[in-house]
Amino acid sequence: MNAHLQPTGSAYFLTKETQETERHTLSVLVDNEPGILARVVGLFSARGYNIESLTVSETEHGRRLSRITVVVIATPKVLVQIKLQLERLVPVHKVHDLTAEGASIERELALIKVAGSGEHRAETLRLADAFRAHIVDATVESFVFEVTGKPDKIDSFISLMQPLGLVEVVRTGLAAISRGPKGM
Amino acid sequence: MADKMTGAEMVIQALTDQGVEHIFGYPGGAALPIYDAMFQQDKVQHILVRHEQGATHMAEGYARSTGKPGVVLVTSGPGATNAVTGLADALMDSIPLVCITAQVPTNLIGSDAFQECDTVGITRSCTKYNYLVKRVEDLPRIMHEAFLIATTGRPGPVVIDIPKDVQFALGDYYKPDLDTLRHQSYRPQMDGDLDAITAAVDLMMKAERPIFYTGGGVINAGPEASEHLRELAELTGFPVTSTLMGLGAFPASNPQWMGMLGMHGTYEANWAMHDCDVMINIGARFDDRITGRIDAFSPNSRKIHVDIDPSSINKVVRVDVPIIGDCARVLAEMVRIWRSKTNQPRTEAIAPWWKQIEKWRAVDSLGYKNSETTIKPQYAIERLYEATKKQGKEVFITTEVGQHQMWAAQHFHFDKPNHWMTSGGLGTMGYGLPAAVGVQVAHPDALVIDIAGEASVQMTMQELSTAVQYRLPIKIFILNNERMGMVRQWQDLLHGSRYAHSYSESLPDFVKLAEAYGGKGIRCDNPAELDAAIAEMLDYDGPVLFDVLVEKDENCLPMIPSGKPHNEIILPDTANIGDIIDEKGRALV
Ligand SMILES: Cc1ncc(C[n+]2csc(CCOP(=O)(O)OP(=O)(O)O)c2C)c(N)n1
Ligand SMILES: [Mg+2]
Repeated sequence: MNAHLQPTGSAYFLTKETQETERHTLSVLVDNEPGILARVVGLFSARGYNIESLTVSETEHGRRLSRITVVVIATPKVLVQIKLQLERLVPVHKVHDLTAEGASIERELALIKVAGSGEHRAETLRLADAFRAHIVDATVESFVFEVTGKPDKIDSFISLMQPLGLVEVVRTGLAAISRGPKGM
Repeated sequence: MADKMTGAEMVIQALTDQGVEHIFGYPGGAALPIYDAMFQQDKVQHILVRHEQGATHMAEGYARSTGKPGVVLVTSGPGATNAVTGLADALMDSIPLVCITAQVPTNLIGSDAFQECDTVGITRSCTKYNYLVKRVEDLPRIMHEAFLIATTGRPGPVVIDIPKDVQFALGDYYKPDLDTLRHQSYRPQMDGDLDAITAAVDLMMKAERPIFYTGGGVINAGPEASEHLRELAELTGFPVTSTLMGLGAFPASNPQWMGMLGMHGTYEANWAMHDCDVMINIGARFDDRITGRIDAFSPNSRKIHVDIDPSSINKVVRVDVPIIGDCARVLAEMVRIWRSKTNQPRTEAIAPWWKQIEKWRAVDSLGYKNSETTIKPQYAIERLYEATKKQGKEVFITTEVGQHQMWAAQHFHFDKPNHWMTSGGLGTMGYGLPAAVGVQVAHPDALVIDIAGEASVQMTMQELSTAVQYRLPIKIFILNNERMGMVRQWQDLLHGSRYAHSYSESLPDFVKLAEAYGGKGIRCDNPAELDAAIAEMLDYDGPVLFDVLVEKDENCLPMIPSGKPHNEIILPDTANIGDIIDEKGRALV
């Protein structure tokens, strides 16, 4: 059990966490310096927080800033702690809880390899079209599709491909940004 | 800067520019260039330790007793790993340290080179921040930034890992403009929000059963914070208690002082925490040794929490008025606002509360049955305290970890901040002796005493050799019960008195051991001779190891067993502590 769910610090009166967990997307602006990812990931493992998805890349080369998008599942109380603990890290500039702060856009990209022939192949293409999946590689017995969208759209595309000869999937993890004119 | 400098010279230059006078360290292959640069100057004095853990605790004692950062220098690999315990200790207790670790040359990093270890990886979670310096151009900035980060906001340890080739490399030294360092990502909030402080004062002005619950943050915020706390306590007339880490911020001799709170705190402090209607937490963090069972913690109070670390707010206990800021500044504002509203303490309104507190006080929870034949550990500390009062010297106390630590907190009394050094958060046995060395380095004329247990002291015993080398007249006052007393007590409490490995077997002859190190050894087992033996210890101009043979099976009480609410405190007259906790208690921490 996670340390922060044991507020007495004691195993004596373990109480069940009563609050419901929620899924939140955090956007974390950090200095792009060596070890920053280890620092963030280390914080999650040290304090027992769960990471659902994590993406990181430099976004402002001139200022050497990276943006980390991390999806976590936690109770509201722990969500506040995660944000504050992240902000406590020296190279972290800002943390925004996109889920809590209002409307945001979330996208993910997946590359999906499907092998098959005959009627399956035709059905695969019909579905790919409906999901606006692009063919980025094709052979007589296989396709690689590129799909972008919300994670659940990708989930459903993948489950539809399952019986049609799904070979493998890679996903980028979530990228997210708030709606409207304001930045982080 | 006209001439180029080596990285090693830059390290020394930066330390000098930071006003560092003492550094605790131990050499080794990868650190030799820095040692060579140190050899050729006389501004920074190096104290050679006997184990790198000792260096870190010395730096902690030095820092805690001066308010300045403690500085450590160790070599790569085992030098760095030996320092880890002290770094973790400093992180838990918010002590400013800068620890320079040497590293194998950059071209060998990752090759499993001799004495290579992933120092930044290993220390990432036990430092406030750490650096691997890859280019000599970055070294001056990193050196100064490290001091900034270690000492500001919530203080903590910072590691700078410097590969050997970077120590040799030539470059230009510069003093960076501190305002531009980390200007966006690192900005501790010092001033509390004025509306929140006003709301807090408003709550305090209506309180009928108020209590100040103060912690190590008041010490860390500097002597002004303690001054303002005293002023605010006088203005309001409220009772004051403190955590283990906060002892000395409020004078123990003041009638408003209720003693320490928490697991081994006084009956009155814990009951007052439980029954209060307004709790003013200043620089404490609702640690589990303080709160006991969380859902029964001070159920009917409105809580004000002043802390410089935003992540401390609502981490454990939900508070009504959070104030993020430096304790000294927030306390000053509280004083100012209180004054602007009234010049009367709430004496009358809280008179019934004080009456209740007096009733709890009358229980005399720190009382114990003295003996004419064996030295009671509490008695030994009381006599030590009385004797030191007459010395006319500044007195600093450090401790190891165990029963003796709690008895020291209960029976030695502190009237000033920065005079009490103990390992609170991590509870590190072996802290006290080296910490005393560090304190004595900073205060050569003071009386520095490590109140120790015979088990703990053996963890860093070898630093007695350091004390002898540098003529540091520390006194090590061992309450020798031939037990890991605190472990034995928990085994009585929770494990049917099955004393699994809690005996101190094959103890050394501490008197001979002291002499072997070149110090003085004293032994005493007779209460009637104790005062004379203490006087002998205090009169001796040099390090003393005093082996006080005390009652072996004394329990440290009062005690709130882990996970119990404050009002289920065990008092000293309890005959058999083994009957108190049921089977569920096995997994307790
Ligand atoms: C490094 C370390 N190891 C183990 C412990 C667990 N521990 C806490 S108190 C204690 C016994 C201490 O014995 P002693 O120093 O003789 O003190 P006493 O309780 O007898 O006064 C132990 C083993 C610890 N705190 N630190
Ligand atoms: Mg002992």
